[in-house]
Amino acid sequence: MTGHYLALSAILFTIGAVGVLIRRNAIVIFMCVELMLNATNLAFVSFSRMHGTLDGQIIAFFVMVVAAAEVVVGLAIIMAIFRSRKSSSVDDANLLKY
Amino acid sequence: MTNLLADPQLHAQAAQGAQSGAWLLIAFPLAGAAILLLGGRRTDKWGHLLGVAMSLASFVVGVAAFVQMLGQPGEGRTRLVHLYQWVSVGSFKADVNLLIDPLSISFVLLITGVGSLIHIYSIGYMAEDPERRRFFAYLNLFIASMLLLVLADNYLTLYVGWEGVGLASYLLIGFWQHKPSAATAAKKAFIVNRVGDFGLSVAIMLMFLTFGSINFQDVFGHASGASHGTITAIGLLLLLGACGKSAQLPLQSWLLDAMEGPTPVSALIHAATMVTAGVYLVVRSHVIFELSREARLLVMIVGAATLIFGAIIGCAKDDIKKALAGSTMSQIGYMMLAAGIGKAGYVFAIAHLIAHGFFKAGLFLGAGSVMHGMNDDVDMRKYGALRKFMPTTFATFGLGYLAIIGFPGLSGWWTKDGIIDAAFEKGGTSGQILGWTALIGAGITAYYMSRVMFMTFFGEKRWDDDVHPHESPKIMTIPLILLALGSIAMGAFLIAGDRFANFLAPVVGEPEAAHKLITPYTLLVFALMVVGIGLAYLQYLRRPVPRTAPAGRFPVVAARKDLYGDALNESLFMRPGQWLTRLTVYFDGRGVDGVVNGVAAFVGGTSGRLRRVQTGFVRSYALSMFFGAALVIGALLLVRI
Repeated sequence: MTGHYLALSAILFTIGAVGVLIRRNAIVIFMCVELMLNATNLAFVSFSRMHGTLDGQIIAFFVMVVAAAEVVVGLAIIMAIFRSRKSSSVDDANLLKY
Repeated sequence: MTNLLADPQLHAQAAQGAQSGAWLLIAFPLAGAAILLLGGRRTDKWGHLLGVAMSLASFVVGVAAFVQMLGQPGEGRTRLVHLYQWVSVGSFKADVNLLIDPLSISFVLLITGVGSLIHIYSIGYMAEDPERRRFFAYLNLFIASMLLLVLADNYLTLYVGWEGVGLASYLLIGFWQHKPSAATAAKKAFIVNRVGDFGLSVAIMLMFLTFGSINFQDVFGHASGASHGTITAIGLLLLLGACGKSAQLPLQSWLLDAMEGPTPVSALIHAATMVTAGVYLVVRSHVIFELSREARLLVMIVGAATLIFGAIIGCAKDDIKKALAGSTMSQIGYMMLAAGIGKAGYVFAIAHLIAHGFFKAGLFLGAGSVMHGMNDDVDMRKYGALRKFMPTTFATFGLGYLAIIGFPGLSGWWTKDGIIDAAFEKGGTSGQILGWTALIGAGITAYYMSRVMFMTFFGEKRWDDDVHPHESPKIMTIPLILLALGSIAMGAFLIAGDRFANFLAPVVGEPEAAHKLITPYTLLVFALMVVGIGLAYLQYLRRPVPRTAPAGRFPVVAARKDLYGDALNESLFMRPGQWLTRLTVYFDGRGVDGVVNGVAAFVGGTSGRLRRVQTGFVRSYALSMFFGAALVIGALLLVRI
């Protein structure tokens, strides 16, 4: 039974990862990151259920907290970049290099 | 050999009376040097007088010690003056003691006596030199160092004196350092001497290693207990030291250039005293040489080779001082030969050394007196007929000349014939070879000294137009006269009646047989001397002497170039040394620096290329992170399975 949940989790993670790699819009990339985080959360709770322990559920909470904090900071940065460059494409923000 | 263990040197008593003041011998000239060097220009006015006074004071102390020694019984003449403890590290001890015995007192009298005469002469010779005070300071420094050398009772103190005279020699050869030739000659003398000093210092270390002590007493007392190889090694290293200081083959090349120094320096250091330090070292260490036939044989070979070598050089030089310098090398060769012969030779080695000190100092000072009258020209081809213009110089130089060629009755005859005799008496093939070498050397000596004599004082005038030869002032001629008296009488005084042999016996042992005055060799030497003079007469008196040197054939050209001594040194040591330096520089530049710089360049280049990975595109970072994470997970899975 939990095998389905894990399969769903893997699919969601893959979609998220591909999204991060191929999309240019910072907001979309951000959403994909959230998708990946939630895919792992799903895997955690599935395993928790599978093994009958609470560890996975607790870690899922931690992940949510981190994701929330990340969203706050990340969105702020994206907003700041958009204000100065009139663009939310990550390829335009490439000045920090060699 | 065993009777050497009963060497009276081993039982030195503490000195009393005048001898306990022997430290004054060294203190006087050392104080003179210190005052004159530290006092600077303030002492210019009276500096030369102080220098002479200090040397004379030292001579007076030496005479007092000598007189006291004569009052002591023969076996009790070895006295020690303890000054202070110098080094005491573990088992290594070196006290500064002065050893007063017949051998050292002979040297003390020679050094201070002839030294004082040369000091007095220098007042006149250096009168025009603005740096005369400095000159006397160095002379005093030399006298002090030389006395320390001969009075030392251990090899370390001897080494201090040894280096001290080397320093004084360097300073005095380069006294006119504004002349590049003088500065170079001084450096050359110093460097060549370093090679010899290296030998001496290693010998001292080897002695300490073998005997645990460097005192003469301990070393000689235990020498017979050491292995033959060690003793031979010590002997050979001592010989190397002696060769450097005494300008013997193969370290002879510096002496001819050393003539760049003022003439009194050539007389004092490079004829009478310092260059004989090597002979002193060999005779003082006679116990070691007596234990090693090989070392002794090499001493004799070096002596015999140098006596011919120096004599040949002396034949071809037109520079009067260089002709005399070649002669000095040759005469010291005789001394070395005698010192190598053993018991029969020591007395003649030292007697010849003392006699040579007188007549060669006289000859050099005479040459200085001639130069003084000839506007410092040293080329004998521009002399001639000077006997009428410099009668005193001529007479004293002539007596020195007769003494050195071994004219019967004069100093050289007594001592040199003794050496030639002793060489033949040694017996065997080696004795014959060495004896004949010494004989032929005597003939060549007569030839080249007659050449000097005839070219300088006889024949017709060959002067430059602006030269007005004149006799030197009294202050220069009186030392000449005194030295000439020594040239006449010193040999007879020392050798007749075996006086010197008996005097030295407590130090070097009794010779086996009494010295015979007239031997078949005496006549042969006389005949060869006459032949030598005759040849010189035919060549330089019967025929006019050309003012410029004729081109000359092979032997003459070779002798003019010091028999290629310098060329040999240059091709054997200097050039390979330069190549080695260049090779090392190349290796350092290309090899060591190459590796270091190569590593740096590699790291720099790689990181420069690696930097390009930082493109600034977030998605490429994300991709590499993705692959990285995939790789890590893959690896983990692989390990797990």
